[in-house]
Amino acid sequence: MDRIPILKFGNALLVTIQVDMHDQLATALEEDLTSKIVSHNARGVLIDISALDVVDSFIGRMLDNIAAVSRILDADTVVVGMRPAVAITLVELGLSLTGVKTALNVERGMAMIHDRLAGSEADDADDED
Amino acid sequence: MAAQAGSDVASLVSRNEKTILPEWVEFQKKAGILHTGRISEGELQSQSRNFLHLLHEALTQGGTDTSGSAYEAAKAMLAELSRSRAMQGFSPSETATFIFSLKQPLFNAINRDASLSADQKASTVWTSTMLLDELGLFTLEIFQKSREEVIVRQQREIAELSTPVVKLWEGILALPLIGTLDSQRTQVVMENLLQTIVDDEAEIAIIDITGVPTVDTLTAQHLLKTVAAARLMGADCLISGIRPQIAQTMVHLGVELNVISKASLADAFAVALRQTGRTIVKAKRVEGYTFADKKSGGQDA
Amino acid sequence: MPTTRTERVGIKVSDDVVRVRQITRAFALEVGLSLVDQTKIVTASSELARNTLDYGGGGEVTAEIVEQGGRRGVRLTFDDKGPGIADIEQALKDGFTSGRGMGLGLGGAKRLSNEFSIVSEPGLGTKITIARWK
Repeated sequence: MDRIPILKFGNALLVTIQVDMHDQLATALEEDLTSKIVSHNARGVLIDISALDVVDSFIGRMLDNIAAVSRILDADTVVVGMRPAVAITLVELGLSLTGVKTALNVERGMAMIHDRLAGSEADDADDED
Repeated sequence: MAAQAGSDVASLVSRNEKTILPEWVEFQKKAGILHTGRISEGELQSQSRNFLHLLHEALTQGGTDTSGSAYEAAKAMLAELSRSRAMQGFSPSETATFIFSLKQPLFNAINRDASLSADQKASTVWTSTMLLDELGLFTLEIFQKSREEVIVRQQREIAELSTPVVKLWEGILALPLIGTLDSQRTQVVMENLLQTIVDDEAEIAIIDITGVPTVDTLTAQHLLKTVAAARLMGADCLISGIRPQIAQTMVHLGVELNVISKASLADAFAVALRQTGRTIVKAKRVEGYTFADKKSGGQDA
Repeated sequence: MPTTRTERVGIKVSDDVVRVRQITRAFALEVGLSLVDQTKIVTASSELARNTLDYGGGGEVTAEIVEQGGRRGVRLTFDDKGPGIADIEQALKDGFTSGRGMGLGLGGAKRLSNEFSIVSEPGLGTKITIARWK
């Protein structure tokens, strides 16, 4: 079965969804990401959906789940590049994905993850003092 | 019966066309149609002549049944006239006068006609009154429809014109809303703002509603949807310019805006600058500080 | 209401949901819907196709380009021979679900369409029609 590739990028994982996903592909991605967060000790997950022209409630739920699972595993999930038409439609659909962090593009999303890591490292340093 | 009455009127018109036309034009002039300055005497002449000609043909072929196919040409001309007058800003009565002022010349012709008996005269007056009333109403209906088309077009134009998204700073946009927000307009506004967020890679958008007279539940929902959509794309929205009475109404309606709102656009802008890691400091004014001084002591700055 | 183009797609496996989305997109493009309206009807089609598959035990969709009073639109009719919906009003409420998903399918699809109608007979199946006009 097809899989969506997951790239490692420093201590973050990067997924670029470029195909119109059928439901099993989405479910497989959710599982793959969960195991990779653990095996790579990732602190952040970036999901680039700028190529998607449709996000329905199934994919919305997948994004929500990934964010929730990664939070438990101490990693931040940032969904980047959602198109305006997709955003309007999701809101109309009733999905606001309040548990998911968002950014305009991969660069900003990566900066968000790094900011948070820098912040928590500073906290750790404070604790040691 | 209708056909008979129609041909009576038709033959009357054809016999008296030479007197009816100038009288009719005269009546229209008396009603002040030329004073509107929207039509020339030549136009009035030719419109009247054409219509009288078409009416005569319709009467001859189709009697007084204005819904029949014989009247198509006459009605098409009336529709065109009515539409163009609506666009030019004629009033409804100025437009309807075109048809209604034809009554008097027609009645005069009937009265003068020696070949008609008193009974025939009465019935011909009745038939032509009915006929002209129908055509007059038709003219008004088209006029009304054309005005509505104008209104719809203007609404669309206003919707497009009055929603500019302005860039306040690198990564900070503002959308100053003016006027009432209905669903259709909000959709245009929303799409426009979200697209500009993408194009400008903006982190923060300020929606300023100082110019919005009232905020009802629906408008508040539209605003919240825009904010939610922007957040999904990775941008933050601030709302500014909520006037006191609007804030009160919203509380009474039970509408909660779960977004950062500030009293003025300036306050919201300051928040936006801070959120994007910028600070505003007042520049110190130095006595006798000139361009020349700056040049020499440039490295201090 | 004259129909100018029709296409029928079976909904039997998960891949068919993707096909329904693609055909809806093609029809919406042909009608000339705005990008946002295209996205709305395609998303609605995806929700309903998944419903047909998951709750209706499969079925089919008829996609049409229709014309009414000078306006063109896309109309989709989802048909299944599944268990049907006993309480339609309840099913249209957000958060209602009898299976997986967020329970936004029916209500969401309704909000994303200009027209929405549903006929369901417990034990016999469900027929849902949506339309989006230019």
